[in-house]
Amino acid sequence: MLAPIAALINRSGPAWVIATSGAWFAFGAAVQLLRRVMTEGMIVYSLGGWVAPIGIEYRIDQLAAFVTLIVSAIAAVGVLYARTSVASEIEEDRHALFYAAFLLNVCGLLGIAITGDVFNVFVFLEISSLSAYSMIALGQDRRALTSAFQYLIMGSVGATFIVIGIGLLFVMTGTLGMADLAERIPAIWASGDGDRTIAVAFTFLTVGVTLKLALFPLHLWLPNAYTYAPSAVTGYMAATSTKVSIYLLLRFFFSVFGVEFSFEQMRLDAILMPLALVAILAMSSVAIYQSNVKRLLAFSSVAQIGYMILGISFGSVIGVAAGIIHLFNHALMKGALFMAMGCVMYRIGSVRIEDMKGLGKSMPWTMAAFVGGGLSMIGVPMTVGFVSKWYLLQAAIKGGNWLAAVVVVVGSLMALVYIWKVIEVAYFKRRENDDPIEEAPLSLLIPTWTLVAASFWFGIDAGTTSDVAMSAAESLLGMMQ
Amino acid sequence: MISFALFNYWAVIVLMMVGFYALISRDNLVKKLIGLNIFQTSVIMMYVSFGKISGGTAPILIESGGHGGDGHGVQVAGDAAHAMRDNAEILYSNPIPHVLMLTAIVVGVATLALGLSLVVRIKEAYGTIEEDEITRMDNAA
Repeated sequence: MLAPIAALINRSGPAWVIATSGAWFAFGAAVQLLRRVMTEGMIVYSLGGWVAPIGIEYRIDQLAAFVTLIVSAIAAVGVLYARTSVASEIEEDRHALFYAAFLLNVCGLLGIAITGDVFNVFVFLEISSLSAYSMIALGQDRRALTSAFQYLIMGSVGATFIVIGIGLLFVMTGTLGMADLAERIPAIWASGDGDRTIAVAFTFLTVGVTLKLALFPLHLWLPNAYTYAPSAVTGYMAATSTKVSIYLLLRFFFSVFGVEFSFEQMRLDAILMPLALVAILAMSSVAIYQSNVKRLLAFSSVAQIGYMILGISFGSVIGVAAGIIHLFNHALMKGALFMAMGCVMYRIGSVRIEDMKGLGKSMPWTMAAFVGGGLSMIGVPMTVGFVSKWYLLQAAIKGGNWLAAVVVVVGSLMALVYIWKVIEVAYFKRRENDDPIEEAPLSLLIPTWTLVAASFWFGIDAGTTSDVAMSAAESLLGMMQ
Repeated sequence: MISFALFNYWAVIVLMMVGFYALISRDNLVKKLIGLNIFQTSVIMMYVSFGKISGGTAPILIESGGHGGDGHGVQVAGDAAHAMRDNAEILYSNPIPHVLMLTAIVVGVATLALGLSLVVRIKEAYGTIEEDEITRMDNAA
């Protein structure tokens, strides 16, 4: 059942065919995995036959299987998209390297999702990050280099913080397995001997992971990296890498430290909730003033990460479920939006708003995909965006937190503003010069529309995702008892 | 001895702060990377210090009975570790942190290599590796 990882590690073979077959194979395996976990419960697999505390084990519960599914699904769609997009944006001799980095990245992200060993998390995290830096650096603009460098510095600091946190935990508990840690931490905390070390470890891990997931105000690397990376990379990364970091956050807070510790002793909600609220408001308003659409979407990503963290910070089953649902939904809609922008980039070579005049007429399918993703971003009923906001609002109201509820609604209105800005220019402004612009090729449109269609499908048939998310949230919160 | 026993950790903290300061304050990209590397190295030292038990020997199996019967396979420096030990004659240093740090060193090298290669390409593209000049060029463009 752990084929996704094995397949990807072995095949660093540098061609699109291999990348595609790898990604689709991983996707197929992930679907099977989720099915099995939903019916049979957690799967534990010990690497090399060594049982947990000594060897490394993979633990796959509902959440892990769900995240695996998201990552591999986006990778499978993304790799189809990558072929044409990469061909136009990256030089010929670097294509093979790109696919190798892409596969490594998928492997790292999937590895984070399924591993049950905290140090292993760090290793997979670095695998995915290093390949992400190099993929970003492949962008055409020379600013891609500086933004990749900036991301490298901040990402490495974040990773080092995570190692420090893991080290401190190891010293106190003498174990690296997540299940073992979860057993031993409460005892050490209760004994009062070394509780400060645990608290410091917790702090380091929190800061390290939030750096990786670009929670406001540690998001500085993200807008540049997303803006200047090749379109295929942006679409794929926006939908996966920050999501996996959020998964990591959930893992540490709920599985390793436990809800009671994270929320009652460390008062995590007191920090996360204000940051999430500020992220939603501040980043949405920054997004409104961007003239580069990729950058606009990047800032909106930071705001959307705020929504996910907001859901988590309620610390209730429905809140965490809302966070997980939004994680899935945002992957779909942001992936679709960035891919639509990739189509625009492919045809007109720019994604600045003023260059997009009249595109509604000349590239109807592309812009329709953008509108579809945009509607979802705003949270119009029948789209996935609506489902996640609905759950978030429910969680906020149940928790009696009216401020959060208001911010969620205001954030949606701001999303309306920045999405509308693009739509207005594309549909209602006339193009000055008349050189004809063709519709994007089918090889780009099909993956884009797959994601758009998925975002409508799961918006109407919300039961599937919310069932998975609820059971994942219950198992996370239930792990304490 | 107790104050001296913490000497390693003081060194770790000093190194960490030196690295972090260089990382934040320097404009030169190569110096930033050096700072980052010092920062990462301090963590390696921290882990290795965890593993050392004073008087402990290298973790080699000396005789079959000496392979401690602890169920966790992991021992930590400090009093708790001594109490857990069922064989007091042979003290082993804990090998796990060293093993982990081998991995971390590899990761550090890879990061440094990637960082340096990015710097080379930045130099090719901009003609400078000073961050403030690059920012100025980007803003002018």
